[in-house]
Amino acid sequence: MERLTNRVKVMEQKPMSFMESLYLPAIFKGMAITFKHMFRKKATINYPEEKRPFSPIFRGLHVLNRDEEGRENCTACGLCAVACPAEAITMEAAERTPNEEHLYREEKYAAKYEINMLRCIFCGLCEEACPKDAIYLSETFAPSSFTRKSFIYSKDELLIPHPVNEPEKFEAAKGAREARQKN
Amino acid sequence: MAEVKTVKVTIDNITVEVPQGTSILQAARMIGGDVVPPAMCYYSKLEGSGGKCRTCLVEVSKGSEADPRPMPKLVASCRTGVMDGMEVRNITSDRVKDARNGVVEFLLLNHPLDCPICDQAGECHLQDLGYEHGKEATRYEFKRRTFEKHDLGPYIQLHMTRCILCYRCVYTADQLTEKRVHGVLSRGDYAEIATYIEKSLDNNFIGNVIDVCPVGALTDKTFRFKNRVWFTKPVTAHRDCSSCCGKVTLWQRGEEVLRVTARKDQWGEVEEWICNVCRFDKKKTSDWTIEGPSHVSRHSVISQGHYEHLVQPKETFTAVHDGRHPQLLMDIHSVSEVNDKTAKTKS
Repeated sequence: MERLTNRVKVMEQKPMSFMESLYLPAIFKGMAITFKHMFRKKATINYPEEKRPFSPIFRGLHVLNRDEEGRENCTACGLCAVACPAEAITMEAAERTPNEEHLYREEKYAAKYEINMLRCIFCGLCEEACPKDAIYLSETFAPSSFTRKSFIYSKDELLIPHPVNEPEKFEAAKGAREARQKN
Repeated sequence: MAEVKTVKVTIDNITVEVPQGTSILQAARMIGGDVVPPAMCYYSKLEGSGGKCRTCLVEVSKGSEADPRPMPKLVASCRTGVMDGMEVRNITSDRVKDARNGVVEFLLLNHPLDCPICDQAGECHLQDLGYEHGKEATRYEFKRRTFEKHDLGPYIQLHMTRCILCYRCVYTADQLTEKRVHGVLSRGDYAEIATYIEKSLDNNFIGNVIDVCPVGALTDKTFRFKNRVWFTKPVTAHRDCSSCCGKVTLWQRGEEVLRVTARKDQWGEVEEWICNVCRFDKKKTSDWTIEGPSHVSRHSVISQGHYEHLVQPKETFTAVHDGRHPQLLMDIHSVSEVNDKTAKTKS
């Protein structure tokens, strides 16, 4: 048969020589390679205890932001929802009453805000569309779960901890990105 | 019948024959397209409107056939009548473009940047105008004017800070209703739209001031913060109304009617006035005879997710699977609090 390329290697089917039939030299050769790798730098990390730094443009789970006084930034303008290519975001607006001024920054606020994490593709367009700096993608992965229902994130899950009442949690939720960007 | 004398006018090198007495703006609208100057205060259905906002300024490079001298200053096209042989330059003139940018900057001086909150956002003429001619940032360093809140009754919400003093609502109240209780108080920077001594507006046609308002100064209180305009579906509908024509646009979300407005033409003007009963009280789909999705310009944000000639594809799954429906892995309405639980899911 005519060969298509000349890259084909013809296998040799000769009987083994004496040294080859001992097998031991080949075994030691292989083991030497294995032992050599034990002293090399490890490619893996002990994941839950040790974590790799995120890329500066990493896009993880969403966070609904608050301002420095702890008031919610979101005004339910719907720009994130209209920018969302996966149509994962829904919300419902409400009017702020006079005694709620310490809770919400603007006259209107998002009474309900939901992101369907099953639909979300983590593209970050919501973050770009937001005129109020209210939503951004944090440095966290969406945790795994056995039920689909647990992937509908409401305001309870999305809202960043209060910066005055819970400063440590707030700092942790903010992530290291901001600090790194400053340096 | 006396023949109406027609005159020839050239706007941006396009010649059109119009009846005598037509304004330049109306002549431009007869041509249509890009040569039409934007108008914030002029409203063809309201007598005497126009001449206030100056966004429709055009350059008249030739006065008429009899007197070919150009007009020395830019003129407001909504208030200037055409002359035979007049040559007008709108988008072909750099002077006009420059002046319009300036006018838009002036209009936005005191206009608050609260589009994310405003219910008019998405169908706001000032938003469109600012998008087309506006600058990215303001040069104004002073405090914007603020007003004390006026209560205009249970149906109409007045945001005086957003007002650009176009006077459209004043003309509407004047010409549509018998008793005018709505006007502009004070002068200059302090000028404000108000019902005199906070009189409640109880006329049956007063709701039309919402539709004529080019900005979000007058909005529907029954629709206040209910939803964003672009998430609602405009549907043309009508009903038998004893006091008005009953021809409206319903803004629906699912089966729910969130808002009722009059039908608007391509210039954003109301086609026919509607009464308050139709506008505020008939908020059920069963009240209306639905004609179909209304036409939305492709360039409008409202056209997102809006399909005018939707043909539903034939569902083949059930036919192939002996009438079995595909298994639904999760019904979003059983989890979500935002989405309407009563809305039908496709089964």
